[in-house]
Amino acid sequence: MLCATSRFLAATALRAQPRGRGPAPRCRRRELHFPGHPELPLCDFLTGQLGRPSVPAGRRAILRRGRMPPAVGGGLAGSELRVRRGRCGSQAARAVGPDVAVEAAARSHKRPAPGSRHFEAAGRWALLALVTLLSFATRFHRLDEPPHICWDETHFGKMGSYYINRTFFFDVHPPLGKFCASLGSLLVPFAYLTVLELSKSLPAALLTAALLTFDTGCLTLSQYILLDPILMFFIMAAMLSMVKYNSCADRPFSAPWWFWLSLTGINLAGALGVKFVGLFIIVQVGWNTISDLWHLFGDLSLSLVTVGKHLTARILCLIVLPLALYTATYAVHFMVLNKSGPGDGFFSSAFQARLSGNNLHNASIPEHLAYGSVITVKNLRMAIGYLHSHRHLYPEGVGARQQQVTTYLHKDYNNLWIIKKHNTNSDPLDPSFPVEFVRHGDIIRLEHKETSRNLHSHYHEAPLTRKHYQVTGYGINGTGDSNDFWRIEVVNRKFGNRIKVLRSRIRFIHLVTGCVLGSSGKVLPKWGWEQLEVTCTPYLKETLNSIWNVEDHINPKLPNISLDVLQPSFPEILLESHMVMIRGNNGLKPKDNEFTSKPWHWPINYQGLRFSGINDTDFRVYLLGNPVVWWLNLLSIALYLLSGSIIAVAMQRGARLPPEVEGLSQVLLRGGGQLLLGWTLHYFPFFLMGRILYFHHYFPAMLFSSMLTGVLWDTLLRLCAWSLASSSLARGIHAVGIVSLLLGAAYSFYLFHPLAYGMVGPLAQDPRSPMAGLRWLESWDF
Amino acid sequence: MKRLFFLDGSGPPLGHMLLALGGYLGGFDGNFLWNRIGAEYSSNVPVWSLRLLPALAGALSVPMAYQIVWELRFSHCAAMGAALLVLIENALITQARLMLLESVLIFFNLLAMLSYLKLCNSQKHRPFSLSWWFWLTLTGVACSCAVGIKYMGVFTYLLVLGVAAVHAWHLIGDRTLSNVCVLCHLLARAVALLVIPVIMYLLFFYVHLVLLCRSGPHDQIMSSAFQASLEGGLARITQGQPLEVAYGSQVTLRNVFGKPVPCWLHSHQNTYPMIYENGRGSSHQQQVTCYPFKDVNNWWIVKDPGRHQLVVNSPPRPVRHGDIVQLVHGMTTRLLNTHDVAAPLSPHSQEVSCYIDYNISMPAQNLWRLDIVNRESSTEVWKTILSEVRFVHVNTSAILKLSGAHLPDWGFRQLEVVGEKLSPGYHESMVWNVEEHRYGRSQEQKERELELHSPTQMDLSRNLSFMARFSELQWRMLTVRSDDSEHKYSSTPLDWVTLDTNIAYWLHPTTSAQIHLLGNIVIWASASLATVVYVLLLCWYLLRRRRSICDLPEDSWLRWVLAGALCAGGWAVNYLPFFLMEKTLFLYHYLPALTFQILLLPVVLQHISDHLCRSQLQRSLFSALVVAWYSCACHVFNTLRPLTYGDKSLSPGELRALRWKESWDILIRKHQ
Repeated sequence: MLCATSRFLAATALRAQPRGRGPAPRCRRRELHFPGHPELPLCDFLTGQLGRPSVPAGRRAILRRGRMPPAVGGGLAGSELRVRRGRCGSQAARAVGPDVAVEAAARSHKRPAPGSRHFEAAGRWALLALVTLLSFATRFHRLDEPPHICWDETHFGKMGSYYINRTFFFDVHPPLGKFCASLGSLLVPFAYLTVLELSKSLPAALLTAALLTFDTGCLTLSQYILLDPILMFFIMAAMLSMVKYNSCADRPFSAPWWFWLSLTGINLAGALGVKFVGLFIIVQVGWNTISDLWHLFGDLSLSLVTVGKHLTARILCLIVLPLALYTATYAVHFMVLNKSGPGDGFFSSAFQARLSGNNLHNASIPEHLAYGSVITVKNLRMAIGYLHSHRHLYPEGVGARQQQVTTYLHKDYNNLWIIKKHNTNSDPLDPSFPVEFVRHGDIIRLEHKETSRNLHSHYHEAPLTRKHYQVTGYGINGTGDSNDFWRIEVVNRKFGNRIKVLRSRIRFIHLVTGCVLGSSGKVLPKWGWEQLEVTCTPYLKETLNSIWNVEDHINPKLPNISLDVLQPSFPEILLESHMVMIRGNNGLKPKDNEFTSKPWHWPINYQGLRFSGINDTDFRVYLLGNPVVWWLNLLSIALYLLSGSIIAVAMQRGARLPPEVEGLSQVLLRGGGQLLLGWTLHYFPFFLMGRILYFHHYFPAMLFSSMLTGVLWDTLLRLCAWSLASSSLARGIHAVGIVSLLLGAAYSFYLFHPLAYGMVGPLAQDPRSPMAGLRWLESWDF
Repeated sequence: MKRLFFLDGSGPPLGHMLLALGGYLGGFDGNFLWNRIGAEYSSNVPVWSLRLLPALAGALSVPMAYQIVWELRFSHCAAMGAALLVLIENALITQARLMLLESVLIFFNLLAMLSYLKLCNSQKHRPFSLSWWFWLTLTGVACSCAVGIKYMGVFTYLLVLGVAAVHAWHLIGDRTLSNVCVLCHLLARAVALLVIPVIMYLLFFYVHLVLLCRSGPHDQIMSSAFQASLEGGLARITQGQPLEVAYGSQVTLRNVFGKPVPCWLHSHQNTYPMIYENGRGSSHQQQVTCYPFKDVNNWWIVKDPGRHQLVVNSPPRPVRHGDIVQLVHGMTTRLLNTHDVAAPLSPHSQEVSCYIDYNISMPAQNLWRLDIVNRESSTEVWKTILSEVRFVHVNTSAILKLSGAHLPDWGFRQLEVVGEKLSPGYHESMVWNVEEHRYGRSQEQKERELELHSPTQMDLSRNLSFMARFSELQWRMLTVRSDDSEHKYSSTPLDWVTLDTNIAYWLHPTTSAQIHLLGNIVIWASASLATVVYVLLLCWYLLRRRRSICDLPEDSWLRWVLAGALCAGGWAVNYLPFFLMEKTLFLYHYLPALTFQILLLPVVLQHISDHLCRSQLQRSLFSALVVAWYSCACHVFNTLRPLTYGDKSLSPGELRALRWKESWDILIRKHQ
């Protein structure tokens, strides 16, 4: 590993030197082609007499070219100002070759020898290959250790049940590990290409790639079978393709333009399909598209029809295509997972009817409710479950000490209730009695089948929702008191007063107190087996919490009908599963007295996440960002805000900037601005989230932040070098700066690599540990 | 009033202080229990002066609406229209006539906006003149007052800041001004709009804390140090305790986190049950819990592991950060201990007990390292009340923690205390502070028990700095949550726009005269409509301008945009954030947003009349329509008046006739 690192650095340095030396002689050579301006010797503008307005366009390009601090690759800051031609798609890497591009733009009559261009392109490809190789090397190194399952199993078990579609991801292990690692490795070249495209500067791209390669956090994350590498892959791919299609903006409707545009759409669908965090990149792409369209719309040289075409193309590729893909994944998901499972109770009755194995699938049950029917009652709000009771009493001090009534998400015999007339206790199933249907407005009694207690309510406060009344099971063998009487009402009554299975939405109104049976959705403590609270609410508002439907229905005296009519349409299923997922997601709330990671911990790398192993004999992997990289990122954001606002104010004041500075500040403001937007979008929304947060949620934002660091330091060093004027010194400063940053990142990676590749031995507090001096913050516990 | 300390989650203290000021001027002595809605005020309550301020603010809102529209450079007619609309809005009247804070908030919101507009208009001719400075300062003051009354005011403040920032940005781009001039402008704005509000806000809290110097009902939420700084309450007990904890000190340890309830480290004779209900075993040693009431069993003695005495030497030897101590339970003289046995309710943590030697192979592990969290130096002395400490177990490096779970009946439903070894990160539930403290003097157990029962006394006063108290109070205000998630009249933001809900404020004890918070439905509907029209027109104009087709002359375009930014923006910032809030929401939360929406209404009307009506005929037709519409609004106002003022008893039939919407909850007596 170390060997590879040093080789890489050597390669960079070597590559930097010849390229660094290159431009100066070429500049001088080119001067000869402009005998019209002999009074402008090259050295003059090299020492900083810049931005003469009288210089013709072609000449100015050359000036800029000559003035560029030419270190590694001499990224062309002024390139933003040029009309960009012929640099689309896959050619981009070559096109960044600034020498070539400028020359082509400035003096089309003199093209450089094709051989040198090929050489440059080859060099660039080689660098990219090197970066990719290094990234793969770090990610695949010791991939099969530790052999046991890492990560908080309880956490994922829980997540698995909420994100039902993900369950099948987790049970496939070995091939997926490699898959994740390769996706994780691809992040680095993606970041490299994105930065290259945004800043046109090779050193910036290299710096970004190095930061990401040498970040222990990214490395750890992509070595394990998690969703995050996949998510990050899609996010970065979407970002890259967006940037690429932006740079094709001058050749709309060309093949590469279409390619990158639709690729953006595809990646968006992928990002959203993996995790809802993918929404943020969608917002970013959306914002970019809207501002793009706004510019096109303001361009009076384009006809409205053209603008309309642009709009349609974007709608097609960025809205219709991703949506289609997204729905298609769900369609596949529903088709694959059409078996009944433990999560059924989360879904509505209609949804369950399409799951084979569920008792509602192709079931036939009596349609209308009659006295004596045995039923289960399900709350209409998603993820509340069935009305339930069991042989346990409310504990002392919680209302009256009677039998508990709760809602329960799983199917169970204790969910069965018998519907009876309020005044008689005779068995209505006695064949001598005629069938009597239950009607809207009837006074009924619900008897729990297993315990023969009646659903009961009274003026005692409910266990959790203090303003509601308690609901209990009361009475012996069906004999209770007048507090057991409920009026049954159909909410969506169209005609007829009978109550239909599944389709009627019913309310139970307590006769004595006038309150409505509902579930508050709150989880009862241990004594209630962590089922949900059932209350009788005195507020007669119509919320889904207090509306129920009858799901199972057993009555031997009635004819069964088939339930095929219930098949919900695909959009309904889609909507419902999303509702359930969102509710489940919001339901992951931290309890008091529990340690949670706070969003402000993340950028400062305050606390890591233990992947596996606790004690000193274990094989320990600890997810923690490389502190050098992370703190550099943090510093860069502050620096960026400072320098960005200085430049923006200067431009708003109309200061006449020299063209180099203007080019650089364009890179800083536009490219950096996009990256900053990405960071903001992927970080700040977490402050608003009420759910449990983990450290690894920060990593998408961290990618953007690293790219920003690359762009910022490269630009700042160039500006610095420019202000120091002397060309050789300037070159030197830039090269030294970049190389020292690269070296710093690599060395810190050498220090911290045991975090990612695993460590055995005493904990870091112990001076004997190899990580002894590295516990820089008290809160790191490796 | 009585200078009792109280805590309110919804807002900073200015509003309550202003109400109290009214009461003070009216000679109210504060002796009235505000416990029940509908209770009669007794004779010593100067109702008139208590309600004076909100009513005044509500009344002044009307001329201010006029001024704002006028300053937005719209016609007198439009300005008059705005004022008249605010005048006949039933909900605003109801809210202003009672002792509630919304109308004051609206007043300050409008004042901030008005003074900012005045500032903009004087900016053009006479920057840095006296009136310019006056309006600039007034903007800042009004903003801070709005924030000081309710946190909702922050939204308006941010809006004003945003508009000011955009204007400042234009100022920066103005090349006719010199650099120095621009700098002066920016500095003046920064001082007036950023520094002054912060200072004012701190000032409110300063006055609040100076006035409320006695302990009151909300003491328990605050930390010991805060409580000790209030007169009465804890201060009575803790006054005169020795400051530094020494070996041999007798202390009570309070958990800093204070959730679910504030409690003290506690132990008692009873032991953990041998086998729990779920079949796991325990150490069967003496229980250690956290107990939410003062009790003699909360006393612990800090012991030096190297010595056997439980008294303080003279001079006392203070305990410092990093020292190893043992904690002896005062009444039972057992040592605080933890070991590798799962805790009763949190099985991933260690059980904490007081060690009983059963002569089995489980030796006592009762050494704790003291870790002062808020230390300034590494040799900091453990101080009463001020120091927040963690106890780190020496053998297992577990940390003494309150898990927050209630023990079952065998633990008397007290709170569980565990040794947390998994995540040694910082959490307040692991941090404890000494609340009561005295130096132990008695050698014998019997005497010591007697000593523990006697109250502490000694003399030494101690004060918390204002900033520390401010930050703690502020933090608690922002984090305190009320659990009542449902109320009979609570509503969702979506109900507000369509006025699908109301709030009954008062019902006469015998007749059916009643006061409801109920808006003028014509105004609500048309104001919402105006917002929609505004947004649509704005989009249309923007698109057309982008294609270089200017429908409006430049000055009226700027006017139109500014009016929209302030009025429609004011509505949006005061309304949309409620969708994200999780607390209980009521109709009156919408009133500030509504006021801005009403201001937008005449603006849109005038715009339609000026720019969209092409001929004179159309224009007069439109004016006639507006007049008809306004009289309609007046009629609605008149009809709803009995519910607004509550001055007339209506028959059930009339009440039923007033119930225009199913969802309105108008109280109808069954047996008249």
